[in-house]
Amino acid sequence: MTDLWSLFLSAAFAENMPLSLFLGLCTFLALSRRTESAIGLGVAVTGVMGVSVPLNHLIYHALLAPGALAWAGFGELDLSYLALIAFIGVIAATVQLLEMVLDRYFPRVHAAFGVFLPLLTVQCAILAGSLFMVERHYTLVQSAVFGLGSGTGFAIAVVMLAAARSRLAYADLPAGLRGLGITFILAGLMSLGFASFARMAAL
Amino acid sequence: MTRRFDLWATLTDPLIRQNPVTLQILGICSALAVTTSVATALTMAVSLTVVLTLSAGVISVIRRHIPDTIRLIVQIVIIASLVIVIDQVLQAYFIEISRALSVFVGLITTNCLVLGRTEAYARYHPPHHAMVDAFGNGLGYSLILIVIGALRELLGKGTLLGQPVLPLAEAGGWFTPLSLMLQPPAAFFLLGLAVWAIRSVRSEQAEPPQSAELVRKEPGE
Repeated sequence: MTDLWSLFLSAAFAENMPLSLFLGLCTFLALSRRTESAIGLGVAVTGVMGVSVPLNHLIYHALLAPGALAWAGFGELDLSYLALIAFIGVIAATVQLLEMVLDRYFPRVHAAFGVFLPLLTVQCAILAGSLFMVERHYTLVQSAVFGLGSGTGFAIAVVMLAAARSRLAYADLPAGLRGLGITFILAGLMSLGFASFARMAAL
Repeated sequence: MTRRFDLWATLTDPLIRQNPVTLQILGICSALAVTTSVATALTMAVSLTVVLTLSAGVISVIRRHIPDTIRLIVQIVIIASLVIVIDQVLQAYFIEISRALSVFVGLITTNCLVLGRTEAYARYHPPHHAMVDAFGNGLGYSLILIVIGALRELLGKGTLLGQPVLPLAEAGGWFTPLSLMLQPPAAFFLLGLAVWAIRSVRSEQAEPPQSAELVRKEPGE
């Protein structure tokens, strides 16, 4: 149990997707102008990662891993090079399903998410979650915890960045630094802060 | 305007004037993650340029046959197939670099730059234009990647491409490596400063004050 908790913490803080691994930065930067949209994005990423990483774990180990098809008489077969296409497909399907479920049962939440949901299909952080899961040989439970943890970390980071950026409206910045430039510097400072969380996972 | 001139502009525009990383906010994820040394930055830049150019070509050739409703899936599958080829080539011939790049080669699939250019340009233009545009964008991306990679390696380790350039303090020289440069925050700072530098020279790229920004269309991935 403590192992899982520390895995969660390290996925959320020490290995924070946008700030220390630079994943999902495009949406991280593009949708952090307002706090409301940042919260929506954060929740959506957490949901999709929490579902798609364990799902990809099942698919990878049941169909694609070397020797996984031994039961069908293809013991030698190594389909792991197909992982990328399979993962993308699963993520796209998860996003679509999530959208349908939300639309049916929580129409209000669905309306609030708006365009962010389909965009998540091409979110690098989500695909990276699945690729890391394969590379680090997580078990099913571990991959679920890892997916939720990374999603939570992303949510925390994007909401914090949005909060900081909305204060920048009152700052008198040099013209060249306005917008993208200062956002990078802000993200760098936040990244310094998150680096100090790295110790938390070790405790 | 002659056609040759047109192609030349398409090729060189994305280098600085329309740079994909600093102006279009595309493909930033990988730009920051792989720039701890010049060698990885270079490999990533070459892989991305190859994938980008080929996928733009392929998608542009079949652009009239892709139904609009499923075009995203078609595009992603084409890109993913090309990425798998590159990944296998790297694993076969450059295993060291392939390990250093870890999952980032696979992540070219979701690199916003590739999808962004196919979505915005290759879908409407004939193959040779699309490929020139993609190649130019790839070069612009490579430029930023290599500059940042070189700065981080030089200041962080005192080397360039693994060759010692600055004499290290431990070896009797004067240079003390800044280990911060190899940490993630430095990549953000350097890219922020690069954006500032480019926008100071080309002031037309500077963004308007924030109130107007809210109305502007958000670039998606």
